[in-house]
Amino acid sequence: MKDLKSQASKSTTPGKGGLTPEIQSRIGHQLRAMYDDVVRQGVPDRFAELIKKLDAPGGVSQNENGAGGSNDNNGRD
Amino acid sequence: MPLTNSLRDDILAAVPSLRAFAISLSGNADRADDLVQETLLRALANIDSFQPGSNLPAWLFTILRNLFRSDYRKRRREVEDAEGNYAKTLKTQPSQNAHLEFEEFRSALEKLPQDQREALILVGASGFSYEDAASICGCAVGTIKSRVNRARSKLAALLYVDGAEDFGPDETVRAVIGGSGG
Repeated sequence: MKDLKSQASKSTTPGKGGLTPEIQSRIGHQLRAMYDDVVRQGVPDRFAELIKKLDAPGGVSQNENGAGGSNDNNGRD
Repeated sequence: MPLTNSLRDDILAAVPSLRAFAISLSGNADRADDLVQETLLRALANIDSFQPGSNLPAWLFTILRNLFRSDYRKRRREVEDAEGNYAKTLKTQPSQNAHLEFEEFRSALEKLPQDQREALILVGASGFSYEDAASICGCAVGTIKSRVNRARSKLAALLYVDGAEDFGPDETVRAVIGGSGG
């Protein structure tokens, strides 16, 4: 991320890899826009509940969680 | 280390970016959430092996990436409606133009070889250093740098053809872009 930004702002000549700073920054921007769209959705309930349930290491087996999967759709769009 | 409340909070805080990474890798929201769930279960089951003070997101991303790799090998032959599923993950509907541009970008990203795609996402979107990305992918830092560069060049070639024509006489780039040799 840092790299994309600094390469985009430092010069107007093609940077490493032959890309112009404009193109590099456009790619970086679109990549982050796509990614951040998902990040902004926060933590779906199913994961918050899953982690809350686990009080101790080894406290919940994978089987138990598999069986509890019926609630999974409640918090989703 | 034991699962303390603060560690649990940190894991929870990493979930949104784990999901974003999983969706970028798989192009499929449902599969991505299954991957995240599996990642969390693995992480919690192996929490004793996490070194306090080390990079928790990088540790979680490593688990997710390895799960995706094994999952990918299993499902490689399945046909799926990645496009429709991806659109469902968006809460806000982008404007028509933005949406089109977004779809083009996403589909270009999917054309990249998996190694390049994950390197580009880790460095360019997740914000990991080259060093962390290398450790997540289990390869050398130089390998990550070259994958990121190739990924950018290929995306540029796929998306911004005008710009690609202006590229300098860099043989690597030319090879990545065209293959046709002009």
